[in-house]
Amino acid sequence: MLSRTAANLYWTGRYVERADATARLLDMGARMTMLPGSATRQDWLSVLKAAGVPLTESEEVGRREAVRILLLDEEGGSSVRSALTLARSNARAERTALTRQAWEALNDEWRALEKVPEAEASSSLPDYLEWAQKRAAAFRGSVETTMLRDDRYDFIKLGGALERAAMALRLLEVKYFALLPERDVVGGGRDFHQWNSLLFAASALRAYHHVYRGDVTAWNVADLLVLNRSFPRSVALCITEAADTLGRLALRYNQRTEAQNRAERLHARLADTDMDEVFADGLHEFVQETLKSVLDIHSATSLVYGF
Amino acid sequence: MHSNSGIRAPYTQVASWLEEIGQPLLELRAKEAEALFRRIGITFAVYGEGGDPERLIPFDLIPRVIGASEWARLSQGIEQRAKALNAFLYDVYHRREILRAGRIPAELVIQNLAFVPEMIGFDPPGKVYSHIVGIDLVRTGEDDWQVLEDNCRTPSGVSYMLENREIMARMFPDLFGEGAVRAVDGYPDDLRRTLEEVAPPACRQDPQVVVLTPGPFNSAYYEHSFLADLMGVDLVEPRDLRVRDGRVWRRTTKGLEIVDVIYRRIDDDFLDPLAFRSDSALGVPGLMNVYLSGGVTLCSAPGSGVADDKAIYTYVPEMIDFYLGEKPILDTVPTYKCAEPDALSYTLENLADLVVKEVDGSGGYGMLIGPRATEKEVAAYRKRLEADPAGFIAQPTLDLSTAPTFTGGKIAGRHVDLRPYCLVGREVRLTPGGLTRVAMREGSLVVNSSQGGGVKDTWVLAGDAPHGGGA
Repeated sequence: MLSRTAANLYWTGRYVERADATARLLDMGARMTMLPGSATRQDWLSVLKAAGVPLTESEEVGRREAVRILLLDEEGGSSVRSALTLARSNARAERTALTRQAWEALNDEWRALEKVPEAEASSSLPDYLEWAQKRAAAFRGSVETTMLRDDRYDFIKLGGALERAAMALRLLEVKYFALLPERDVVGGGRDFHQWNSLLFAASALRAYHHVYRGDVTAWNVADLLVLNRSFPRSVALCITEAADTLGRLALRYNQRTEAQNRAERLHARLADTDMDEVFADGLHEFVQETLKSVLDIHSATSLVYGF
Repeated sequence: MHSNSGIRAPYTQVASWLEEIGQPLLELRAKEAEALFRRIGITFAVYGEGGDPERLIPFDLIPRVIGASEWARLSQGIEQRAKALNAFLYDVYHRREILRAGRIPAELVIQNLAFVPEMIGFDPPGKVYSHIVGIDLVRTGEDDWQVLEDNCRTPSGVSYMLENREIMARMFPDLFGEGAVRAVDGYPDDLRRTLEEVAPPACRQDPQVVVLTPGPFNSAYYEHSFLADLMGVDLVEPRDLRVRDGRVWRRTTKGLEIVDVIYRRIDDDFLDPLAFRSDSALGVPGLMNVYLSGGVTLCSAPGSGVADDKAIYTYVPEMIDFYLGEKPILDTVPTYKCAEPDALSYTLENLADLVVKEVDGSGGYGMLIGPRATEKEVAAYRKRLEADPAGFIAQPTLDLSTAPTFTGGKIAGRHVDLRPYCLVGREVRLTPGGLTRVAMREGSLVVNSSQGGGVKDTWVLAGDAPHGGGA
């Protein structure tokens, strides 16, 4: 396969997941700010920070701004709209490497966000976020059910797995940045609601109760999103998928790669971690370190396959 | 349908079909067709026009029909022309017999911008220069077809020939049930065979073919990827290719892999910055050297544009006589070469009745259609013509045939042309069909998609239909 084709497929997979992830971040922000007495500006700021949007402390940030930056922005790949556009343009360059169903999942309605006014997007935000997640689901579904299990499939899956791992980590970062006002106690009502919002955004509320059968605690939420091996968007599971995919590619091409080594190392480290340790050393530090490992897997992949 | 006496024989089936399905269904299907084109992603960008970068070419549901015997004669004429053009290209890069014999003015060839001196004395595999010859034709009478122009470089539009049929077959399957219409879907295989036949001397195994595209922002990108896919070969951009050890390689996830034949959909100027435009960031450095030493084949050969220049066009009958010793089967439109003083004064005197084109123009840009132009436009064009007479040719406006077209909720006659695609490798191959372009505006003669023209499915019938009379 051409290296450029591999790169385009990988980024298609990544941008589709980024669109989905960004919709979830917005969802989390919207839920947090709906709580009574929420520090609206602070909460949206934490969402934007977690999404990696550069902001100055003095900048005005509210729901409208967040919607503009994370839903409607035309360029840059930080918004749902631009992530979907980039996913489509990467796919368009490899139109023939995709099945018709996979292509149509990206091509249908791809311009739907183009003419939506900010006010309308803000007032009907849940509809638009649901729409974005459906676009991603349609793409994933058609890839699963129509694509041959060859290296094209592998590169799409690899991009998706790495982006999803990064996304789970970013959701946790929102909670880190969303500091509680001084008079609130950790573990108090506000704290509880913030963790709850996080679970909602990750479509994980029901899953949480099935797995932990009790109160929502920081430990358990972090455990579900990072280490749990049954939750489909946990970091551990995504990294396992990335390592497996890199392993399949290595077999196909008869070449063990540094990318595979790195994915396996991260996989082993996560298997060896427990939440007490993470909280003792600091959740934020752990998240940052893991994000860096994910980035390292990406760099090694692009180096070996010539992106 | 040209004759006024009713429905031409080949259209009998279409006429009864139209009657049967009725207007409302036709309208509905027209909308469905557009949605289908959009969905599959068959779009066309127009250079420098702004607006929607991925717009659709209007698709007309009513097929254009060509009878079996009509096609038999046409195809002979097309193949004859494709052979003569290739023989001419070989000659002008070798002994130049036709120039020495005084049959074509030497300066028209040697000073032509499309002439590539590096090609002098080089023998491309099979002596083929133009592997895909697109010939634009118009029907001007009951049995008269005239050639409007030849396209020897990289004629586009063949994906529409294939997709238009696909969409028609999907929407009106009953129409194709009886095998009355000849299939066009053999084209990609024929194209691949043609390209494999001209593998370079250095090729030792199965020829590795690629399609070379400028990239996704090119207006014909859909077609490039479509053809690569149907042939089962890689679609590469210049940055995917490397020159090493006297061969061309493509960068893959397994490392470098060899390339033998390049079907390039990129202009000469942008092939190789070392050989052509050094200011171009596009291209594959060293490609031309590999080509000239037999390490790779470029299709079409650089310099093929000499044969499809609008001023050379008038000499194609000479070529057919000179190289093949035959009489031209297809007519050419009488053309006044404004480089010649007599022709220039005739043109200037009759500007309002003529079509004037730039010699090196294409796509329907920069032309004057005298009878449809305002006095002001004619005056402005006169100034351009006087400033550089050699840059223009003039032709009479033709009485183009029209074909029934569904437009504005009713069926009406619109002007059409036809571009079949003739493949030249070790053998000559011609798919029964082509691209029919239609001027969607009433009375308009310009069918170019860049000027708002549309397309139709083109049927070549397997047998001649009985005369339909005034059905």
